[in-house]
Amino acid sequence: MSAPEMVITGLGVVAPTGLDAEEHWSAVLSGKSGIGRITRFDPSGYPVVLGGEVPDFTAKERIPQRLVPQTDHWTHMALYGAEAALGDAGVDPAERSEYEMAVVTSSSSGGTEFGQNEMSGLYGKGPGWVGVYQSIAWFYAATTGQISIRNGMRGPCGVVCAEQAGGLDAIGQARRLLRDDVRMVVTGGTDASLCPYGLVAQMQTGLLSESEDTARAYLPFDADACGYVPGEGGAILIAERGEEAAERGAGYGAVLGYASGFEPPGRPSSLARTLRRALDDARVDPGDVDAVFADGMGDLRQDRIEADAIASVFGPGAVPVTAPKVLSGRLYGGGAPLDVATALLGIRDGVVPHTPGTTRPVDGIDLVRDQPRETGPRTVLVIARGYGGFNAALVLGALER
Amino acid sequence: MSEFTLQELRNVVKAAVNADDLGEIGEETLDTEFIELGYDSLALLEVLSVIQREYGLRLPDEATESMQTPGEALAYINERFKAAEGSR
Repeated sequence: MSAPEMVITGLGVVAPTGLDAEEHWSAVLSGKSGIGRITRFDPSGYPVVLGGEVPDFTAKERIPQRLVPQTDHWTHMALYGAEAALGDAGVDPAERSEYEMAVVTSSSSGGTEFGQNEMSGLYGKGPGWVGVYQSIAWFYAATTGQISIRNGMRGPCGVVCAEQAGGLDAIGQARRLLRDDVRMVVTGGTDASLCPYGLVAQMQTGLLSESEDTARAYLPFDADACGYVPGEGGAILIAERGEEAAERGAGYGAVLGYASGFEPPGRPSSLARTLRRALDDARVDPGDVDAVFADGMGDLRQDRIEADAIASVFGPGAVPVTAPKVLSGRLYGGGAPLDVATALLGIRDGVVPHTPGTTRPVDGIDLVRDQPRETGPRTVLVIARGYGGFNAALVLGALER
Repeated sequence: MSEFTLQELRNVVKAAVNADDLGEIGEETLDTEFIELGYDSLALLEVLSVIQREYGLRLPDEATESMQTPGEALAYINERFKAAEGSR
């Protein structure tokens, strides 16, 4: 069998569930949640008090010191994640041709916490108190740019801003680049918007959970769904051409297919069509898919739309569906890359992780509850939906060894 | 005012961009370009901001062009202080 077009060879996880892929994976398997009361600021006085924070992440111990005051928390986490992912993939950028390495990340919030601090200076003291690094730190492409500069990656670089769907779109863009002259792409993404300014902006969607009960705050596909918990972090992934990964014996799994779509608010959902297009792109029949990593917004109406789309493509209850993101909260630009990392670890270990917490699942889907299922998944569909109507789907497959 | 010293330059640079992985500013690096010491153009702009905030001295953004090394920076800033006093 010929090598797949694109393989994920490195994982750099920076998530509420762990500061590396294995720590995250063991938290997922044991259902250990990273959600708690927000500590980055005092959330009392705000209707949303729970968040998924990355524990024990001290930027100055994890990234070059001079970059700490020049970049936002979201970039700090991505720089660390990129280094971890490159190490995991066994890639030394210094040994590669600089124009054959590209960076494409997703970002939904940009550098909101950094921006809030600078705005405090502006309105509290005056224009002279706004630091010059605000000019680059807030910007959505800041993370991509800093990863590119730090590692000498001068191939095509970009950022995708499509809320939670952007993480899959970035991987889709990475695949386009690998079809051209690029041989390796740093992709995936992180987000971090757990500051008052960021939280208030997110609250406008009306989708955030106001529950204070960490175990019940985010229950996707449950009759008691009451919104989602916002989180920070994500995953940086290394994508390479299949034949090159095979030469090194590297890789967690292949990216077999990708599609994206848009659902204009108030119009019928295009999600089922996006899922079918991703499967067609992968040349995979619905019956060959072993698990679906759902988006799971935690909103009754949105979850119903997603469950209906899955049921219409696969048949009612015909495929195991899971949303382990309940343990980290929704990470926006970082969310889907973390789901991809989780799904690849599941393929590696033959496990479909469960969705802790949900007790009264909606009908029409087979939600994996209570404990992981050791069913040996080889083909997995990952779904991501972003506020405003973005949707995307990615098909992952086990490598032939 | 009295002279703007090397120690004061060191302090404002530290206030602007503080990191262990940046080059030392001292007698032996007076003629080394900031860029070689690890300070980029934005770092120099931030140094200008700190000087303006802490000393109340007005400096144009183009000032960085006259401050490519710590030695040039000291000479330029002192010149501006003198000019400011003279116009009083």
